[in-house]
Amino acid sequence: MPQAQTYWTTLTAPLIRQNPVTLQILGICSALAVTTSLATALTMSVSLTAVLTLAAGLVSMIRRHIPDTIRLIVQIVIVASLVIVIDQILQAYFAEISRALSVYVGLITTNCLVLGRTETYARHHPPLPAMVDAFGNGLGYSLILIVIGGLRELLGKGQLFGVQVLPLADAGGWFTPLSLMLLAPSAFFLLGLLVWAVRGLRPEQVEQPEYTPPLQKEPAE
Amino acid sequence: MAGRDWNPWRRLLALPNESRTKTVIVAFLVSAVCAALVSGATVMLRPIQTANRAAEEQARIAALVQGIPGMATLLEQSGGALSTVVIDLATGRAATEVTPATLEATLNDTTNWTVLDAAQDLAGLGQRPDFAQVFLLRDNDRVSLVLLPISGQGYGGRIDAILALRGDMNTIAGIAVTRHSETPGLGGRIQEASWQGDFPGTELRDDSGEMRFAVARGPASTTYEVDGITGATRTGRGVTQMVRFWLGPDGYGPLLDAIQRQEF
Repeated sequence: MPQAQTYWTTLTAPLIRQNPVTLQILGICSALAVTTSLATALTMSVSLTAVLTLAAGLVSMIRRHIPDTIRLIVQIVIVASLVIVIDQILQAYFAEISRALSVYVGLITTNCLVLGRTETYARHHPPLPAMVDAFGNGLGYSLILIVIGGLRELLGKGQLFGVQVLPLADAGGWFTPLSLMLLAPSAFFLLGLLVWAVRGLRPEQVEQPEYTPPLQKEPAE
Repeated sequence: MAGRDWNPWRRLLALPNESRTKTVIVAFLVSAVCAALVSGATVMLRPIQTANRAAEEQARIAALVQGIPGMATLLEQSGGALSTVVIDLATGRAATEVTPATLEATLNDTTNWTVLDAAQDLAGLGQRPDFAQVFLLRDNDRVSLVLLPISGQGYGGRIDAILALRGDMNTIAGIAVTRHSETPGLGGRIQEASWQGDFPGTELRDDSGEMRFAVARGPASTTYEVDGITGATRTGRGVTQMVRFWLGPDGYGPLLDAIQRQEF
């Protein structure tokens, strides 16, 4: 069915080919801040995907009646309200994880990824494709967060989901945790390496250099 | 040709998007729906959140007491329970009219708060309650441990903690951070047991009675300091000021004096 085919493409394109984090470098602030452990990364991913999908659905539903002059405000208000609701739900039912995420759930509001999708896609498409696209982008973001979160927790503490995977040197094993992995810079390193790897495998993602330096004339020695 | 549509809703939708009326009405409707959504979620989930916070505070107090060396055995000897007392902070004595059950209602009344002036207000609170609930552990008529709730301004917002002092009222027995909104991974590490583990044994005042406690910048160098957290200088200073304020004359000072004179 061609229809299902289109949805499938819309859903899977943002996973690697059009990944919002590695290709468009959107939403990396939260991607770097909440990835110290797999559990927080996963909660953040689920929250962002939920917010993004619902916001895209809502914006797309009223897309024909959003006045152009206030469209950004309308979108932000919708996104912010959804974020507050999600934050309240997390505080009520996942108090522990909500504390670990602290301000970053609130910052989903200003995540460029969310506004980017509602502004460029949901505003021009009917609700179903808009939500499929938003869900796909949410999954793309989640994929990166989970990979980075998993690597940081594994290398930084030798754990996955808080379960000891690698035997620590302190406890008679062989693994010495890299504390650097728990600090913010390591997320930059990992993200950089990840972008490098993705672009190495898919050279079409490599950006054209914005500026070609003029041919250097070597000074005569 | 169809006549004029008298349904106001359909007339609104038919207006061009650029029209001023439609812009204002759409803005109003979106805000109203969002406001209803947010208020509804907040009101409905509040009881669960309050229960969560209370349970968490209990768990932290229990963990704090368990983490203090020798405390488990001491607890068993004294019947396994801490006594809860509401303190009148100005006099340092047990409050006569306020009980733990009525404390919340009492503190809703603004006359039971004292406004702090800038010189007193080390912890950046602005005002402090006149009554506070503390937990005491007695060992043969002597207070052997006291748990004091403290709070102060950190970097990202208010920090709430419970500080445990040994019977000499000068040695910290432990700390538990019950609420904070510091930066995760930096100041947020004050909630980690590894940082809090540096508190037990730290002393507050030197022999002359001067307050010396501080969160160091970097590793602690004296017995009055605890290790600082790299990249969280302001959180560390917030904790320093908070401890200094609450254990000083405007906080629990009168209570600590009374306990030291064994009048409590």
